[in-house]
Amino acid sequence: MAAPLALVLVVAVTVRAALFRSSLAEFISERVEVVSPLSSWKRVVEGLSLLDLGVSPYSGAVFHETPLIIYLFHFLIDYAELVFMITDALTAIALYFAIQDFNKVVFKKQKLLLELDQYAPDVAELIRTPMEMRYIPLKVALFYLLNPYTILSCVAKSTCAINNTLIAFFILTTIKAAVHTCENEEQGLLDLFLGVCHDVCGKPSGNRLPLLLPSQLLGFHPRSLWLYCWVSPDFKLSCAVKEGLSVPDLTPNIGLFWYFFAEMFEHFSLFFVCVFQINVFFYTIPLAIKLKEHPIFFMFIQIAIIAIFKSYPTVGDVALYMAFFPVWNHLYRFLRNIFVLTCIIIVCSLLFPVLWHLWIYAGSANSNFFYAITLTFNVGQILLISDYFYAFLRREYYLTHGLYLTAKDGTEAMLVLK
Amino acid sequence: MGLLSDPVRRRALARLVLRLNAPLCVLSYVAGIAWFLALVFPPLTQRTYMSENAMGSTMVEEQFAGGDRARAFARDFAAHRKKSGALPVAWLERTMRSVGLEVYTQSFSRKLPFPDETHERYIYWAKDIIFLVTEHDLLGTEAWLEAYHDVNVTGMQSSPLQGRAGAIQAAVALELSSDVVTSLDVAVEGLNGQLPNLDLLNLFQTFCQKGGLLCTLQGKLQPQDWTSLDGPLQGLQTLLLMVLRQASGRPHGSHGLFLRYRVEALTLRGINSFRQYKYDLVAVGKALEGMFRKLNHLLERLHQSFFLYLLPALSRFVSIGLYMPAAGFLLLVLGLKALELWMQLHEAEVGLEEPGGAPGPSVPLPPSQGVGLASLVAPLLISQAMGLALYVLPVLGQHVATQHFPVAEAEAVVLTLLAIYAAGLALPHNTHRVVSTQAPDRGWMALKLVALIYLALQLGCIALTNFSLGFLLATTMVPAAALAKPHGPRTLYAALLVLTSPAATLLGSLFLWRELQEAPLSLAEGWQLFLAALAQGVLEHHTYGALLFPLLSLGLYPCWLLFWNVLFWK
Repeated sequence: MAAPLALVLVVAVTVRAALFRSSLAEFISERVEVVSPLSSWKRVVEGLSLLDLGVSPYSGAVFHETPLIIYLFHFLIDYAELVFMITDALTAIALYFAIQDFNKVVFKKQKLLLELDQYAPDVAELIRTPMEMRYIPLKVALFYLLNPYTILSCVAKSTCAINNTLIAFFILTTIKAAVHTCENEEQGLLDLFLGVCHDVCGKPSGNRLPLLLPSQLLGFHPRSLWLYCWVSPDFKLSCAVKEGLSVPDLTPNIGLFWYFFAEMFEHFSLFFVCVFQINVFFYTIPLAIKLKEHPIFFMFIQIAIIAIFKSYPTVGDVALYMAFFPVWNHLYRFLRNIFVLTCIIIVCSLLFPVLWHLWIYAGSANSNFFYAITLTFNVGQILLISDYFYAFLRREYYLTHGLYLTAKDGTEAMLVLK
Repeated sequence: MGLLSDPVRRRALARLVLRLNAPLCVLSYVAGIAWFLALVFPPLTQRTYMSENAMGSTMVEEQFAGGDRARAFARDFAAHRKKSGALPVAWLERTMRSVGLEVYTQSFSRKLPFPDETHERYIYWAKDIIFLVTEHDLLGTEAWLEAYHDVNVTGMQSSPLQGRAGAIQAAVALELSSDVVTSLDVAVEGLNGQLPNLDLLNLFQTFCQKGGLLCTLQGKLQPQDWTSLDGPLQGLQTLLLMVLRQASGRPHGSHGLFLRYRVEALTLRGINSFRQYKYDLVAVGKALEGMFRKLNHLLERLHQSFFLYLLPALSRFVSIGLYMPAAGFLLLVLGLKALELWMQLHEAEVGLEEPGGAPGPSVPLPPSQGVGLASLVAPLLISQAMGLALYVLPVLGQHVATQHFPVAEAEAVVLTLLAIYAAGLALPHNTHRVVSTQAPDRGWMALKLVALIYLALQLGCIALTNFSLGFLLATTMVPAAALAKPHGPRTLYAALLVLTSPAATLLGSLFLWRELQEAPLSLAEGWQLFLAALAQGVLEHHTYGALLFPLLSLGLYPCWLLFWNVLFWK
């Protein structure tokens, strides 16, 4: 498996290097769909130069990254392009190994349930075989690396790529820890809260990564470490957190916040900020209850929900959950609206720059046009995620109740989601 | 959510789409065309009105005392120009200084991609507090604008400007070729189909009415009677002329170049035709002076009125909200066809919400879908490569062509264009060897599905930025694209597809344009005009950044080639 993965990595790095050298790099790094006020490279450079001048980078309203980024780029600023290409490669590798282990777990679990006779007799076509699962890790790496969204994020030097790397390693260590200690349920829930909290704030805290790896190596339970990270008395961290939660910067992006808060009265803004931010957290507990036996699927849905409802989303966040689509390949037959939704997402991705041009450069349109496309894009994403969720539940239902459902009077029955 | 998740309703909808697909497509297409034609009738077309308060209610008493002096200057200028053969810059400088203006000169140069045999020389006066007189037509205006705004969009080399006056609010380009005019013709279409704010046009029309000047749009007077059929028919003629001009994306006058810099601009042409009543420069001067004084009252940029509109007459307009559904109906045809193809490709799932009943031909699982996708990559890449060749080769290869053939460079470019275009016709690609445990028949369906979505995407994006171009291309390409399939009367479909290809659409629109201007072309003249238009298109792309040439060669031509491939699928 190493050779195809290496080939994919080489192709990905070539594409990114070619784009870095072209004249498009500058154009892409200014696109609002790809960079947000939290992840823009220009702001990182601004913060670094403020640091060089001896001023705190957080004293203005421009720099909103975490200290990790400053420390990292203080030394690596000359190799910035290389750093971003390496982070993308690391994300892909982390996802590759994570999904490889996950597939082993899935297959083991399936075998166990088959032996325990938990499945209905006629579901042979729904059972997954090692043959069909063989190429999934490679496809995941491929989907992530060659996704146009990822390439654009990398070329724009958006720090979202670093965020994605940390989440990917997070998932890797979770799965590895779960495989070793067989405590997947508890692990999943807590790690998800961790994930939710750090994603809302836009950036992970500076000291999480070194702590995760030892936890995996030593088999430590991350619960205590989670508390440690969260209550870390770091003044700088709280600035980044405050930025993500209170949404002061209203630069247009592909999210839902900027338009509303641009027209809202000051008096109500706190209330609406709370209402909007609740959306990110709100689905965690119900989903956790429903999906308690499927933590990775839960993680996928949660990452997607965060990518949709967070205050400053970019296409890099979307690319991360899209990388997981090959893992749920077996759900394809149960997806009902995949065609329409794929068309919506492709059309919206193409219309974003067109309407931005019409609004800002030609002056013929206004923000309503751009926000309409934003809304359509987000609605498309939400429908896509709910489609996957429904397909997953249907498959679970069929596995236990059989494919050919009959009603009480013997006629063919239909599964309906109420 | 009901429609998307309720299986009963979905089944009904799927059956509806499959069974009634052809009638729905035809209905949608006809509705689109009919909606467009209905745009000239009163409920959809409204009277224009002044939206900007600062320009509306104030009374302006125009005065233009310099009429005689203007005439004298004009005669002097003509004499000097005849003597020197080019723009008499020194005389201009002296004269303008004597009137009391600050004068600056700027020189510019531009290497054209291939020699242009048709460049014109006119004088343009564009005024905010700036009088701009340029040589070499639009190139001069572009050089000045780029230097003024300190950008370099088109690779022009020019000396830096010494005099500036702040952000330009509005511009009027004046083209006068004689001392007396019978009417003033206004042109609004700009580069890439961009239009100025409607308020500027309203301003012009107000002052023409006040001064009793005759003003025309597209060379035609306004119809007075909108209740009977004559008015709307004439309006339709004017509307079609505007659509054709906007679709070409050419800047019809120097104002077209100002729009890119967010400066609202118009071009006024003095027409001297065979009418009895002639106006002299005093009348024109009064109208202009009134316009500029009203513009003087502006506190902010013109932003109140519409930026996207169509004009059936000078005092009637159709706004974007009312004309967009026409394009929407046409693109709906593509969407319906794509949906039908998708359902046919997955026919085991249609009508059955679950894999219950007969587990017949198994649903296309990811592996076979993956193979299906792989076989599409080859035709897509080849079509796109042809498009790239069409875009890059003509200008690159002109010198090689002139060495081997007895043609001038401009002709070489045009002939190379046509040669590559025709070469694409001989290229149906055979990819069925790649797959096929499944019916090889399915390959063309997948390709057509991708091509339909690609075409719909492109036409949608084009229609948003330049509605006329999008609508025109949709009218011609949509029926051919929807009908293309390997079975059935192949020669008929092939003829239809060739007749609706982008180049044929260009040819057809030229004939239609001259027909509407009541100066019909013969076939030979039309062909010559077509060749000239191709050369102008390439030239304008390289000099001003006009987008028609790259759109057609890099976007629509590869898409059209995909349909050609579908038609000749074996």
